[in-house]
Amino acid sequence: MTDVVMPQMGESIVEGTLTRWLKKPGDKVERDELLFEISTDKVDTEIPSPIAGILAEVLVQEGATVGINTVVARIAGEGAAAVAAPVAVAPVAAPAPVAPPVAAPVAAAPAPAVEVESLNGPLSPLVRKMAREYNIDLAQVPGSGAGSRITKQDIEAYIEAQAAKTVASAAPVYSAPAPASATIAPPAAATPAKTRVEPMSIMRKKIAEHMIKSQTISAHVTTVHKIDMTKIAKLRARHKDEFTARYGFGLTFLPFIARAAAEALRAFPIINASIEGDNIIFHNEVNMGIAVALEGGLGLIVPVIKRADEMNIVGLQRSIVDLANRARSKQLKPDDLAGGTFALTNFGSFGSIFATPMINQPNVAILGIGAIEKVPVVIDDAIAIRSQAHLALTFDHRLIDGALADQFCQKIKGILENFSEQVL
Amino acid sequence: MPKLDVVDLGRLSWAESWSIQRDYVEKRKAGLVPDTLLFVEHPHVITLGRNASESNILASRELLAQLGVEIHEADRGGDVTYHGPGQLVGYPIFDLAAWKKDVRAYVQAIERAVIRTLAGFGITAHTRNGKETGVYVTNADQSPAKICALGVHISRWVSSHGFALNLNPDLRYFQYIVPCGLTLPVTSMAELGVVADRVEVMRLIARHLAEIFNHEFSNSIEHLTEHLEETLP
Repeated sequence: MTDVVMPQMGESIVEGTLTRWLKKPGDKVERDELLFEISTDKVDTEIPSPIAGILAEVLVQEGATVGINTVVARIAGEGAAAVAAPVAVAPVAAPAPVAPPVAAPVAAAPAPAVEVESLNGPLSPLVRKMAREYNIDLAQVPGSGAGSRITKQDIEAYIEAQAAKTVASAAPVYSAPAPASATIAPPAAATPAKTRVEPMSIMRKKIAEHMIKSQTISAHVTTVHKIDMTKIAKLRARHKDEFTARYGFGLTFLPFIARAAAEALRAFPIINASIEGDNIIFHNEVNMGIAVALEGGLGLIVPVIKRADEMNIVGLQRSIVDLANRARSKQLKPDDLAGGTFALTNFGSFGSIFATPMINQPNVAILGIGAIEKVPVVIDDAIAIRSQAHLALTFDHRLIDGALADQFCQKIKGILENFSEQVL
Repeated sequence: MPKLDVVDLGRLSWAESWSIQRDYVEKRKAGLVPDTLLFVEHPHVITLGRNASESNILASRELLAQLGVEIHEADRGGDVTYHGPGQLVGYPIFDLAAWKKDVRAYVQAIERAVIRTLAGFGITAHTRNGKETGVYVTNADQSPAKICALGVHISRWVSSHGFALNLNPDLRYFQYIVPCGLTLPVTSMAELGVVADRVEVMRLIARHLAEIFNHEFSNSIEHLTEHLEETLP
């Protein structure tokens, strides 16, 4: 049986991602025939088989990133073809049920220490000493250090795992948890996997990048204002049936808030701005981004309502419905995502009271809408039931002073609490 | 000193140039050709690596078809890439075993050649250390913009695929592949105010690559047609 390891693809490279198996367990491979593909940095490489034989075992699944010299597969030599399968399981499974913490793993896996050293890089004197003391076969210890080096922690974890195994009778095999855990939790070999490794989608990577970038660029501060939405709630209740009948889509709270925000942005142009170097760029159009969560946690995109300040409630609601639908069905055009000057995010629809949203670069502010709830409110020393929402404005403190941000919120509050525009 | 051949495939579809690349890779493995640098300009095309998710193509298939953008699934890892007119695509088919068996050193060598080439046009470019591969320039607001993308495939230490340097492509096409605002911006030499002659850029890149890889380069760029005639029996 020959181990196939993750090759070292360069001096400074300590790990690689196995992207594709070109052979299945049980397949016959020739020496030098391409066996699997790996990805390191942005380079994909096809790796040939070191010997001819039968691919007995695949230990690392596609998509997993493992250190160099990690065993990714075992190949049974040509003579062993007929008994390939049983042989494949035996050496790894054998030590598990029988070995007490200090028992020597003996014949089943005779991997001399010298070979391990060349396999997993230099071992520290401490690790060697521990291995001798506890009589551990280092070939059975997964290394978590750089280049799969075995560390003191790995030895300790291994001893613990072996101890656990003697208590729990006949712990089921080594092979199942091994591939996924190889990168993250090496000691998990004997216990059920505590983690599951899944590569990020590209969109997720981009989101992560954008969020960190935003955090680095802007000086985020969030201010929260309570808004009495009673008037809007009544307007909506009064008009929503006729609205749906007339336009073919429902009437939500969002266009009212978009309308108020657009109006307030007109009054406070510095919030509808960006920073470029040492210059402030004032945008003459109010292009309002609406954060849309894609179903299934697939991500987040921010399509834009162009010239939102020129639209009435019907126009805004129509744009919102249209963008949200097309975002979820992937029918957005690049233009739909470009040119936003300010953004709304409606986490209230998921039940959040208020949150501190992050600015969508290169904007300088974003308005988060909390859940609209009926609450008891004291008005003129009497208790009344009112519909209330928390609006959270995150602004870039580099450009916008706190006082101005609050005036902007008060402007939105004034518009919403005294809403006087036609709805239908 | 090993020789470097430079071949300009001109404007050629992605699929056709891929089959030419593969041909060179096989010949290089067999030692029938020297290290070869293929240059090409693709018509609008989006290529998907095997691990790419369809959701990273933002525009609808209909819209892309309307715009004449082809979509190809490439036999390589990695994500979604756009190629198009105005972009200089380079495919070095090099035997790295004869140089250094080190993929990171290889990628860095390509990046260095592109950076030196851009420097020749007065553009200061850099890599993003430890982050995504590729060559970037820094905007006035300190944010990086990508000017050259990189994606490499290696089989038996022979390289294929390569780099795509933006001379003067229509940058709007890049918006079709990843959601705007969620990605680093893309830029081009033209956007930076540099009008570069394609042949001059090819010659410079080839020269810098030759220097880095210790090649002998005669400064001549063959054309696909000439080359095909030469290799015909």
